[in-house]
Amino acid sequence: MAGTPEKDAITGQHTTGHEWDGIRELNTPLPKWWVYVFWATVIFSIGYVFAYPAIPLTNSATGGLLGYSSRAELETDLVAARAEHADKLEAIKTSSLDEIVADTNLRNYAMAGGQVVFKENCAPCHQSGGAGQFGYPTLADDEWIWGGTLDEIYTTLQHGIRWDQDADTRLSEMPAFGAMEILSDSEIDAVTDYVVSLASGNPEQGTEGATLYEEQCAACHGFEGEGQQVLGAPPLNNQLWLYSGDRDAVEAQIYEPKHGVMPAWGGRLDEEEIKQVTVYVHSLGGGQ
Amino acid sequence: MTQATTASNAQSAATPYNEGVIRNFVIAAMFWGVVGFLAGDFIAWQLAFPALNFDLEWTTFGRLRPVHTSAVIFAFGGNILIGSSLYIVQRTCRTGLYGGAALGNFVFWGYQAFIVMAALGYVLGITQGKEYAEPEWFVDLWLTVVWVAYLTTFVGTLIKRREPHIYVANWFLLAFIVTVAMLHLGNGLAVPVSFFGAKSYTLYSGVQDAMTQWWYGHNAVGFFLTAGFLGMMYYFIPKRAERPVYSYRLSIVHFWALIFLYIWAGPHHLHYTALPDWTQTLGMVFSVMLWMPSWGGMINGIMTLSGAWEKLRTDPVMRFLVTSVAFYGMSTFEGPMMSVKAVNSLSHYTDWTVGHVHSGALGWVAFVSFGAMYYLFPVLWKRSQLYSMRLVSYHFWIATIGIVLYITAMWISGIMQGLMWRAYDELGFLQYSFIETVEAMHPYYVIRAFGGLLFVIGGLIMAYNMYRTIKGDVRTERPYEAPEAVAGAQQ
Repeated sequence: MAGTPEKDAITGQHTTGHEWDGIRELNTPLPKWWVYVFWATVIFSIGYVFAYPAIPLTNSATGGLLGYSSRAELETDLVAARAEHADKLEAIKTSSLDEIVADTNLRNYAMAGGQVVFKENCAPCHQSGGAGQFGYPTLADDEWIWGGTLDEIYTTLQHGIRWDQDADTRLSEMPAFGAMEILSDSEIDAVTDYVVSLASGNPEQGTEGATLYEEQCAACHGFEGEGQQVLGAPPLNNQLWLYSGDRDAVEAQIYEPKHGVMPAWGGRLDEEEIKQVTVYVHSLGGGQ
Repeated sequence: MTQATTASNAQSAATPYNEGVIRNFVIAAMFWGVVGFLAGDFIAWQLAFPALNFDLEWTTFGRLRPVHTSAVIFAFGGNILIGSSLYIVQRTCRTGLYGGAALGNFVFWGYQAFIVMAALGYVLGITQGKEYAEPEWFVDLWLTVVWVAYLTTFVGTLIKRREPHIYVANWFLLAFIVTVAMLHLGNGLAVPVSFFGAKSYTLYSGVQDAMTQWWYGHNAVGFFLTAGFLGMMYYFIPKRAERPVYSYRLSIVHFWALIFLYIWAGPHHLHYTALPDWTQTLGMVFSVMLWMPSWGGMINGIMTLSGAWEKLRTDPVMRFLVTSVAFYGMSTFEGPMMSVKAVNSLSHYTDWTVGHVHSGALGWVAFVSFGAMYYLFPVLWKRSQLYSMRLVSYHFWIATIGIVLYITAMWISGIMQGLMWRAYDELGFLQYSFIETVEAMHPYYVIRAFGGLLFVIGGLIMAYNMYRTIKGDVRTERPYEAPEAVAGAQQ
């Protein structure tokens, strides 16, 4: 309803004279601070447009007075980062693993860099700090399936385990004693009992299981269950288990073993990175 | 009830307003609101405890997240926005709906069909994979039909108005309807793989697809969640406060400034990507210039209360409306700030963005909707008053605490996340791996999910209050003092 402007008693402003469903409007001027701040943002924006790439032309855009480009900025950052690391990476590349570990500065650097690579690439399976989980060996203790010296860790990283795309990969295949019918079910039962007793520290000598163990298992895992790293045969005379020490799990492993796979990291990580991870893993607690 | 309501009821006796369709929209908004809040809180718990994905494809975060966003934005927000816009346009034009109940009901049921088709598609894995525009081509086509019907009834009502001028709320609502149509058509262009198959491919590729998507995405925020709800605010705040709108001039200037500037701001979603530098610059400066035009709405909303401030104490519905405008002001400052490239380099891809969106979505969009709905319940169902004002107040405080927990948790988690991503140690190596930043966020995810739970509880209290109001019950409770009594006691 069009009407005449009235003065509002509370604010002292006049209304516009319009009314909709009982709603009226005051004709209050724009708040000054609002106008000033709005102009300030406009002026800032105009300045920014002159300073940075902003206006599209036919085949390019205005470059801006500062000559800024996000790709150039990224390139500068990458060059600076590479320069910062160049000396150390060169030293790691040209030094042997033993030399790296012998040099305190280089060792600290390799451990820090190795940790970064480890967290992004290895921790998903081996857990942070190499704590491990069933199926993925702990890297922070002194039991090693394929050896815990610097060179052995390096080889494992470089070529992986049962990684069929790498000719030099670590390879061992424990036979499936049950599935391939090498042993009968009762024999597997007996040898399982013996392995469990072996792990507990009191092997039950003279049993059928002990005999079967000597015939079938000792060649790789050793007569005392001490294991053999060249063959990748883990020790059985302790309570450290790759696939759980639960009796059922041990039996299942004898019947038809799981053969875990680790990728070869050569080609995925560069030489310097593999060396750094080697030093880092070696330092986790069990390096030999 | 207030004099204004009585007066408008008296008027409705003389003018044949179509209120049945508005009632449908309000009921649908309440229903989808609770569904959307529950879905949101559930996926918040999933982020804190991933086992809640249940290892089923239909219940994974990836499928339920669009169910949440579409349910709250398009189902809850859309229903109350369309419903209240059709209410406002009738009242402020003093005439019934163009097309009458038939066209109104077509829009209503057509829109519900769109929602159900979209949500079923998400759960079954039928999606375009475009954020906030997930529905496949056939659902998009159906929405286009419904939207044209909506535009027709709205504009038709404006044309046959019995008022000489068009009220400011309707400018905003028309801008919302027209721009959303344009965005939907522009971003939805796709080629179906087969006539009877659900799958389609977008017409755009590479960075042009990204730019089109965020032109759409940001203006969905600008025109759906901002312009549309500002239209709602411009009707319900002066109506509830029984005070004139603070400044007609400000409403004109900020309206045109807002709709002109908003449409260019999308590229700020793509800072430091393959998007050309010049586009990023323009996205940033248009966002910075948006600050004051956005605040124009806040000033007009809050300053309309001049002379009625005591209603904040005596009227919990007013409290919802005014608090919503305060949250609107906060997030429309935060937005331009986050669009500045230096800030964005820290905030982008972090939970800070999630917190920013929710301070706007929960604090502004949902609160202004709650205020409008509490206003509408007694009016639409011809009740003398709401079932309970005290329950409105409980809803207000529980939901407000929920929002504060939510956004503070996301600020801390987001800034921490951004800082952890860029932290270097003294030897020049990245200090944290990605998984370590995820682990560090866990406690904040739990707090966020708890805040969300409070918001859900508030929504359930509201649904109960609505049900009892419609039944015609009035709760026996201590009434709020009349504003006059409070004002008198102060003197």
